[in-house]
Amino acid sequence: MTYNINDKGYYGEFGGAYIPEMLYPNVEELRQNYLKIMEQPSFKREFDLLLKDYVGRPSPLYFAKRLSKKYNTKIYLKREDLNHTGAHKVNNTIGQILMAQRLGKKRIIAETGAGQHGVATATVCALMGMECIVYMGEIDIARQAPNVARMKMLGAKVVPALSGSRTLKDATNEAIRDWINNPLDTHYIIGSVVGPHPYPDMVARFQAVVSEEIQWQLQDKEGKATPDYVIACVGGGSNAAGAFYHYLDNTNVKLIAVEAAGKGIHSGESAATSILGKEGIIHGSKTLLMQTDDGQITEPYSISAGLDYPGVGPMHAHLYKSGRAEFVSITDDEAMTAGLELSQLEGIIPAIETSHALAIFNQKKFKEDNIVVINLSGRGDKDLQNYIDHFKL
Amino acid sequence: MNRIQTKLQEDKKLLSIYFSAGYPSLNDTVKIIQNLEKSGVDMIEIGLPFSDPLADGPTIQASSTQALKNGMTTDVLFKQLKGIRKTVSIPLIIMGYFNPMLQYGVEAFCKTCQEIGIDGLIIPDLPVDVYNQEYKTIFEKYGLINVFLITPQTSIDRINFIDSISNGFIYMVSSASVTGNSSGFGKEQTDYFKRIASMNLKNPQIVGFGINNHTTFTQATEYAKGAIIGSAFIKHLTNGNIDTINAFTDNILKV
Repeated sequence: MTYNINDKGYYGEFGGAYIPEMLYPNVEELRQNYLKIMEQPSFKREFDLLLKDYVGRPSPLYFAKRLSKKYNTKIYLKREDLNHTGAHKVNNTIGQILMAQRLGKKRIIAETGAGQHGVATATVCALMGMECIVYMGEIDIARQAPNVARMKMLGAKVVPALSGSRTLKDATNEAIRDWINNPLDTHYIIGSVVGPHPYPDMVARFQAVVSEEIQWQLQDKEGKATPDYVIACVGGGSNAAGAFYHYLDNTNVKLIAVEAAGKGIHSGESAATSILGKEGIIHGSKTLLMQTDDGQITEPYSISAGLDYPGVGPMHAHLYKSGRAEFVSITDDEAMTAGLELSQLEGIIPAIETSHALAIFNQKKFKEDNIVVINLSGRGDKDLQNYIDHFKL
Repeated sequence: MNRIQTKLQEDKKLLSIYFSAGYPSLNDTVKIIQNLEKSGVDMIEIGLPFSDPLADGPTIQASSTQALKNGMTTDVLFKQLKGIRKTVSIPLIIMGYFNPMLQYGVEAFCKTCQEIGIDGLIIPDLPVDVYNQEYKTIFEKYGLINVFLITPQTSIDRINFIDSISNGFIYMVSSASVTGNSSGFGKEQTDYFKRIASMNLKNPQIVGFGINNHTTFTQATEYAKGAIIGSAFIKHLTNGNIDTINAFTDNILKV
């Protein structure tokens, strides 16, 4: 059994491309070309070089000594927070901007929630001198002012999504509508392993550099390429997809996906899609999503703006349903506490998204000789105000 | 023969109207359908509202959102439509996104449609390939015609494939656009209308998106069998009321 995508664009029963006909030519062009382009030696060279010299890869695999001591296990942190722009998101935007160039596209659109993917997209557009339009929910624009300013400084146009709940899902709708209106010259850089096939697979492949590096870094440090556990937070799921990728079919490596429980799974304010979601279709993909009995998509909640997506990538829906990955939910409070703990034990302030993954140690005991890799997907600079408010610092 | 197929054989250009069920008020649905028929409309697309209508512009998004706020659901719509065939005889199509149908159960949805007397479905985000492999037999079992969209970017091969799967009409999207974008039709559109007409497809084409008055209706139907109006009609409902539908239709047809 494979846990990766099949040739029809599905992970098990999840995935596919449930898109209006208006999007078919764009998505089909990408589907027919993405693997060919990614295999071109010139593409690989340019991608690898930019990841090295521009992003600063490889990101370190850091043995967290004091954290390990506290929880009596061996904890490694994959330092995606040290990437240029402060998170794993840039791995994907570098890949997709090179893809867009090779497809002859002149104009880039993207959606963003907290603004991290928007910043990573605006960054690569500046790098390549391409027009950049980022759709962002009106409410998120108000909540994430520093990232809005960053995007503008990088030369991007930030367009408020005024429809629906005016957050990430609506920003995604607006980006899709823009693509319908501009089918020829535009590439849509989706920020996570969501959307119609081939996006989940393409984004996962660009993020796969994370687990590719973990393999050789762990080999160097521990004499074996496989940890006992790989743990990552999941909103749409791109950092988890990258961290899991090369371990998907090696069931000796246990995978743990951490979702945001918000104020509690059944509080009505949660983003724990695996528990609260049902099978359905969101943004062109068949997956698990939070919805009413009537099939209307509902608005999730998490203190972390990067985790409050009502769906989850189809890869993760499959990992959940097949039991390949264990899904754990962490509340706002648990995450914030874990973020503070990492700051004071290791001198690393994590993004609140990442803090959810770190909170696993208060829910689950690991053995002393277990090797546990946590994907430290982003740094906490953007979240300082949230931490300050929460802890009255 | 399905009512849609019968209607398509009439020797005239067809006017089809779309509206969001449950808008402006929850219980306007039946009255709007009845008034549309009385006003001389040939076919009606009843929009099943969805929270995230990807292919729709601001007007239909807003009417959809309002309809949901008013309390519209799949069940409510089916209850409202029960008995509709006692008073309405023109073809009725339900247009909606796939997720609400999936949650209702595709077969249960189709079965209820048949019981009510719905003739066809338009589901923009159910791709023709998936329909063909997974759902075609169910739709056919309940006598429903599924209508597919083509756009100016759709390849000839794909148009031919869509034509081969269809057994009613082809919904010809006038330009690369979401609904409600309209500044009249230029040469690019008329060339596209001509190009499709010259393919001599087995299914007639009905043009949608961007038709909002008599001029665009006439342009669209010069080469196609009919035209569909959505956003412009919803604006009429927003600005006027459901008792002046006659005036709207007259204005399009200039009768």
